[in-house]
This record gives sequence, structure tokens and C-alpha cells, in this order.
Amino acid sequence: MEERSSKIAKWCLIGISVAFFLLMLIVPLFEVLYRALADGLEAYGTALGAKTTLSALKVTLLATVIAVVVNTVFGLIASWLVTKFDFRGKNVLSTLIDIPFSISPVIAGLAYIMTFGRTGWAKPLLDGINEALGTDIALVFSVPAVVLATIFVTFPFISREIIPLLYAQGRDEEEAAAMMGASGFTIFRKITFPHIRWGLLYGVILCAARAFGEFGAVYAVSKARGKTFTLPLEIDALYMAGSADSITQAFAVSSLLVGMALIMLILKNIVEYRGKRDDL
Amino acid sequence: MKQAKRKKSIIPGFGMSMGVTVAMLSLLILIPLASVLAYSFRLSGKEFAELLTRPNVVQSFVTSIGCAFVAAVINSIFGVMLAWVLVRYEFPGKRLMDGMIELPFALPTAVAGITLTKMYSDSGVLGRAFEKMGIEIAYTRTGIIIAMIFVGIPFVVRAIQPVLETLSPSYEEAAYMLGASRVNVFWKIIFPEIRPALFTGFGLALARGIGEYGSVIYISGNSEKNGTQVVSYVIMQKLNSGNVDYEGAAAIALVLLIISFSMLFFINIIQHIASRRTNA
Repeated sequence: MEERSSKIAKWCLIGISVAFFLLMLIVPLFEVLYRALADGLEAYGTALGAKTTLSALKVTLLATVIAVVVNTVFGLIASWLVTKFDFRGKNVLSTLIDIPFSISPVIAGLAYIMTFGRTGWAKPLLDGINEALGTDIALVFSVPAVVLATIFVTFPFISREIIPLLYAQGRDEEEAAAMMGASGFTIFRKITFPHIRWGLLYGVILCAARAFGEFGAVYAVSKARGKTFTLPLEIDALYMAGSADSITQAFAVSSLLVGMALIMLILKNIVEYRGKRDDL
Repeated sequence: MKQAKRKKSIIPGFGMSMGVTVAMLSLLILIPLASVLAYSFRLSGKEFAELLTRPNVVQSFVTSIGCAFVAAVINSIFGVMLAWVLVRYEFPGKRLMDGMIELPFALPTAVAGITLTKMYSDSGVLGRAFEKMGIEIAYTRTGIIIAMIFVGIPFVVRAIQPVLETLSPSYEEAAYMLGASRVNVFWKIIFPEIRPALFTGFGLALARGIGEYGSVIYISGNSEKNGTQVVSYVIMQKLNSGNVDYEGAAAIALVLLIISFSMLFFINIIQHIASRRTNA
């Protein structure tokens, strides 16, 4: 009797969970594909091959690659600092690093406009640098601005993954190596790195996934379609144009991002699996 | 205690890693955020108060916080259920479900936004079905809540899963043997164990919902009359429209930042208490 009611409870819970999962996560994916192909394959191909789409793809990939590289460098150095040394204000520093994780991405865009924009306090400084170097770099409404905004929102992604791993590993091995006279870089390469390999890769994947999908922060600092737009912005422009054709095109471009998101999820699961296996 | 803080580590690289971490954090995150603060101080106290008590601003805070709260509560219920089902039961498709839970992290918010809108508007199957029942979802607060459920669910599941994995079933079995009911076992034995993780997941989902932009702005309809403007939208509007209002945007952003910081602080405290309890 007890056994049977326990089975009923089990399958009820599974049933509700699966229904929630299908309705909230899986159905939307098929919806994207269905709407992307609403006007046939030819229209789908035209939408993906459009000049604005290709330009947006280029900006998206550029911003993603730079954000991943910058945040990897930062993540490795910051997690080394936080886990291998004791110093005053360590907790404050860790909290500050996590800021971008919990604030609205719109604020990230706003922050750069207010620093480097027309009326921002750093604008004269930037003008001075441009004059001295003979360059013409703009840090708002430009591709560099898109890159900066992307770095902002993904800033803590890699350090967050590595810090717990390094805490768990402790410092004994590094201290022994340092006592025997190994240089900092050698210690990192030979001792620390093997412990965090999979965690780092995991962080890179999460960082990349967030970077190519960022919308709010980039939307605030990018206004030129075909020049500084990323794929999500291109989708917004097509969708907001409002005609049936352009909405189908918006979903066609979306299907590209769905593909990229699924690749990231698959990679993430592989890395997770390999990481667990290596631990055993 | 003081002595421990001063103890010099023999691991090299403290100065370098401290320098790089602080420099990157300041340049990329803290200084731009400080600009928002500086900008909002250009308003006098009276102007600040007048701006923040405008009906549309107050309403946007009510909408963002209220919808994010409801979504986080719903996510807590389903998140616990999904985590439980994934940890304790075997069923076909379980690995797929486990691997796809993080889809909302990987799927660009703009894609999620336009897809959910089309699904739940009168052009979608679900939208039509709900409409027949007299429930409108797209362009109402219900729609905003659905978008926030979508972006928030992985936070709760991923917070609770590891805790359930380490929780041995032997306590539950003992309780069952002593004649406890299933409801009692959940509230008296399992719930206290997952409570800190649930608070963390709830807090993260709530913070994400309050600042959310991309997934919400399409399904919300952004109507002042219907009360479907979220805070991020109101900030963005002040950057976009013909009458740019940076000071106003900064003031609203400041309030949003204060809310985010308090939540981050709150989450850190809970994690701190939880880790102390398990280490003791």
C-alpha cells in the first residue's frame, strides 16, 4: 500500500516536471524553427545571407572572442589573488567582482555612456588621447563600445568558476613548489592549471554563451544597423519593423542563435562530464 | 586573527595579481558605475524625489519587483521539484532534461523574448487556447511573469541540485520507518537542508528578474496604461527617445543598483552562514 502510493507520488512529480520542462524550454525552441521556416527555405537563406545579418554576425563574434580573452586573463589572475593570499578587504573585493552578475545589463550600457559619452566626464580625456595619437576611437555608439559592454556583463563568469576549485585545492602544493624555488609562472602552469583546466573551459563556455546573446547592455551603446549591431540587435530591428516578412526574418536570424546556444549547451555537458571523470 | 592576516605568503605573484585585478576591476566596472552615481548627483534632492515619485516610475518599480517576486516564487516551487526529480528518480529523457535546464542561460534573451511573445499572443497556439479561456498573456503582467520564469528557472534548479545530491536518504528512510508522513518528512527533514540553497536560488532569480530587459520587453507591450513597463525599459527610454534625459536615467538606475547591491549582500550572507554551518 505504502509502496504503491510512493510510486504514484513519484510519477506525478516526474509528470509535472516533464510537462513544465517541455512547455517552458522545449516548445519555444520548436516555435523558433517553425516561424523561421514559415516562408520556406529560400526566404530563410535570404534572411541569413542579408548584408546586415552578416555584419551583425561579425560584430557578435568579435565581441564574444575579445570578451572571452579579457575575462579569462582577469579570471585567472583574480582567482589566483583571492585564493592564494590573505589580505584585508578580500571579501569586499570578491563581492565587487560579482557586481555585473546581479545588476541590470541596461545599467552597464548606461555606465559607459555616462563615462565616455558626449557629456561624460572622460570624454575630454579620450579626445586628448585621440588627438595625441591621431586616432579616432569612440567608446560609445561604436564597435569598441559593444565590446566593452559585452566584457562588462560577462566579467565575473570565469573567476566564479575557478575560485571554488582553487579554494578546494588549497595552497600546500604551491607553497612547496615556491619553497623549492619555482617561479610564479612555473607554479601556475605545472601545479595550479591542471586543477582548474575543466573549470576554466566551463567558464569560457558560459562566458561565450552570455556574450553572443547580450542584448540590454549592447542595445544602449549601439545605434548603427549594419555597422555596430550584433545579432540580437539585428533580431530586434527585424522584429520591430513589424511586417510579416521581417518577423519571419527575425526568427530566421534567431534560429542561428538557437543553434549557437545548443552548441554551447552540448559543449558544456561534455566538459562537465570530462571534468567529473578526471576527478575520479 | 590580526597576525594571521599579516602572515606573508611564500607563493609569488601577490603584487602583480593584486595590481592587475584592481586595475581591471576599476577601469571596466567600478569607474563606469561611479559615473552613474556622479550623474545622478547632478539632480538636486527635490528633483530626485520628484522624478522617482512620478506615477510611471513608481509603477515600473512595482511591476518589475512584483512580477520578479511572483516568478521567483513559482520558480522556487518548480525548481525544487525539478531538482528532486533529477537527483532522486530515473526516467527516460532524464539526461536530456538535465542538460537542457541551463538553456535559458545560453539562449539570447531577445530570442526568448520574441518567441514567448509569439507563442502567447493571439497568433500562437497557446495564446489562442488561453484566450478561449478568457486569459490574456501577451502584453500583460502575466506575460512578464512567464518571461521571468523562463530566465530564472536554472538559478533555482542549479542551486538545489548539489545539496540534494549530498543529502543521504537514510534520514528520510528512518523517518518513514518511524511512521512519518511524506509531507512531514519533506518539511521536517528535507526542507531545512535545502533552505539556504533555496534562498540563494530565489535571490538570484529575483535579482535577474528585477533587472531583466531583453526577454521581457516584447511580451510586456510596454504600456504605461496597463502598467506593463519594467524599470529597465523606463531607463532605456530615457536614453533613446528624442528627449534624452541622462540625469533621470541615472537616478532610476541608482535606485535599481541599490536594490541589486542589497540583494547581492543578502545572498552572500546566506552563503556565508550556510558554509559555516556545514564546515562546523
